[in-house]
Amino acid sequence: MHEMSLAEGVLQLVEETARRENARRVKLVVLEIGTLSSVEPDAIRFCFEAVTHGSIAQGAALEIVASQGAGWCMPCAATVPMTEIYGACPQCGSYQVQPTSGTEMRVKEIGIE
Amino acid sequence: MCTVCGCGAGETRIEGDGHEHTHVHADGTVHTHSHTHADEHAHEHAHAEAPLGVHSHTHQHADGSEHSHAHIHDGEHKHEHGGEHSHEHGHTHEHHHHEHAVGGDLDFGAGPARAHVPGLSQSRMVQIEQDILSKNNGYAAANRSWFDEHGVFALNLVSSPGSGKTTLLCKSIELLKDKMTISVVEGDQQTSNDAERIRATGVAALQINTGKGCHLDGHMVGHALQRMQPADDSLFLIENVGNLVCPAAFDLGEHHKVAILSVTEGEDKPLKYPDMFRAADVMLLNKCDLLPYLEFDADLAEANARRVNPDLTIFRVSATSGEGMSAWLSWVEAGLAAQVAGRSESVDALKRRVAELERQLEQTQAGK
Repeated sequence: MHEMSLAEGVLQLVEETARRENARRVKLVVLEIGTLSSVEPDAIRFCFEAVTHGSIAQGAALEIVASQGAGWCMPCAATVPMTEIYGACPQCGSYQVQPTSGTEMRVKEIGIE
Repeated sequence: MCTVCGCGAGETRIEGDGHEHTHVHADGTVHTHSHTHADEHAHEHAHAEAPLGVHSHTHQHADGSEHSHAHIHDGEHKHEHGGEHSHEHGHTHEHHHHEHAVGGDLDFGAGPARAHVPGLSQSRMVQIEQDILSKNNGYAAANRSWFDEHGVFALNLVSSPGSGKTTLLCKSIELLKDKMTISVVEGDQQTSNDAERIRATGVAALQINTGKGCHLDGHMVGHALQRMQPADDSLFLIENVGNLVCPAAFDLGEHHKVAILSVTEGEDKPLKYPDMFRAADVMLLNKCDLLPYLEFDADLAEANARRVNPDLTIFRVSATSGEGMSAWLSWVEAGLAAQVAGRSESVDALKRRVAELERQLEQTQAGK
């Protein structure tokens, strides 16, 4: 359930930016959520709607860009796709895989007017 | 990320805490004050109409004086309005004096800039590219540098509920308290039972209740630090809310997360909750005195933990029998010693720097 805190974190970044830009309204929020991050996109969607209620971002569309998981497999000495964090390498089955992408949780950009 | 964990909006309570506000007044002055609230009243605002969360209040104080000021809720200290929420102010709010924009009207002059700039209102995209946890990480970094400046060794203890965290903590404190100063922060949804158990050992403890929240965050711990003022060169222990999921994501500024797994749980817990075992540097396998009575495979549990985190340091302990505690406690003592040495080194380095600057100053003055 820490998606609620994360949604609050998103709203803070959005509000700060909106205020700095003298925005009247936030129409769109774009997040980048990696498939290996500890965030459930559906949960954050639900929480985002709840926390933005009554804020400048009320009713804003939420777009979630999913970045695909990848890791560096040491035995293979190669970048391999990963579907599960700390999971096995799909090529050699080793667990010596260091996640290199897909763990992102970022606010990318917002659309304002 | 304020103390407002969304799952427990505005419900965090630090023992004995008043209530702190930051107001930004219309003339731009900012002041922070804390209230201890005598009377209770519920107070509900609809903020939807007020651009950027600006709203005005008229307060009537006990002495009869009245003043009106505008707040800007800047997101640092946010109130959760609109829900069922009671502010307990010792003064009355005159609600009919509120100057909210009505009926969804847009009031451009009410924004912090008090002006509307034509041409800036067109729809456009603004890049942010910031980590969602950046706020929390900022608070955590501030805590960490405070710890380092004061030679304080900070540990964040995480586990599922019932793994024996508090018992382990009490036992560790009893064995260490003659060698070092210790202070403890206890995180739980409700009750101050754990802080009372810790205080019974004779060390300082502060309870943080997270309400509906599922974890401690960097901001809460920052407040706890202010409140407790841990001694220089001391040990600072944070017992997080019993939860193997959320606390993994929230840095508190600690030097190490210590995950506690008890042998009455499953060997596969590190695989089921990999984030936590990955985030931890140390794992304590607790309740090892029960191993003869259980089918728990301790070697398998260790192997599973190392699969998600090959660098994990593991100690097998029993807080009840005291078995294995000495290795864990030596690790704590070594960590504190390194922190203390690091601080005195930086103090020495600063002293040398001051001496060098003084020498240069004397030379410059002599040269004149």
